[in-house]
Amino acid sequence: MRSFQQRLGEFHDRGVEILAISVDSPEESRKLCQAKGYSFPFLSDQKAEVIRKYGVLHPGGGENGKDIARPAEFLVDTSGVIRWVNLTEDLRVRARPQMVLDAVSRF
Amino acid sequence: MNRRRNLSIWVGFLLVVASVVSYIPIFALFANTRDVPWVNYALFLVGGILLAIGLQRAFREPEHYRGKVSGSVLGALSLLLASFFVAAILYGGRQIPASENALHVGQPAPSFALVDTTGKLMSSSDLLEKHRALLLIFYRGYW
Repeated sequence: MRSFQQRLGEFHDRGVEILAISVDSPEESRKLCQAKGYSFPFLSDQKAEVIRKYGVLHPGGGENGKDIARPAEFLVDTSGVIRWVNLTEDLRVRARPQMVLDAVSRF
Repeated sequence: MNRRRNLSIWVGFLLVVASVVSYIPIFALFANTRDVPWVNYALFLVGGILLAIGLQRAFREPEHYRGKVSGSVLGALSLLLASFFVAAILYGGRQIPASENALHVGQPAPSFALVDTTGKLMSSSDLLEKHRALLLIFYRGYW
């Protein structure tokens, strides 16, 4: 997330908006954004409905067995089609901004 | 009997501890040192070598060097710390469900409308009208 924030300008230059989605409440996300300096939108999917639709639910993965999202990144083009996906098998290993910028340049 | 302090043991142990405590606040911040924590592994290696040198001295020349007891304790502790770290890296990070249910490339992305941190409803179809693409980053959250 931090690395995407650092290169946010490059995404915006290419017409790409970044959206972060989790089950956190808007209030929790607001605190996170303030603490870490994230300036792209953080969306709140508290019932994990969108998370389910994208097939990235981690049932019982959160505190007290709460359903949360598994880490994943989807790149959606303007016609609403998924053009690139990154599904890590390790929480620590996430998409890097360059991977996404490369995918965008292949549009 | 005037035996020398066995500094190698202590420096080795400190390096092992430094490796364990530095990962999250420092090396996990950068993808290059996070995905494969090679800096931490290198610190374990150097720490382990120093501990081994110190222990060898303590047992081969007990008349010159201290550290038979402290070295053994710190050596065992170091081994435990390093094993715990490696287990957390190799096993802990992989406790997520398989990805086979996830949507894949070429499929239509389900539209959605969710609130942002200010409570404003943001709809994916509105956003797609204004942008060339959307990058959706799903994350676990901080509860």
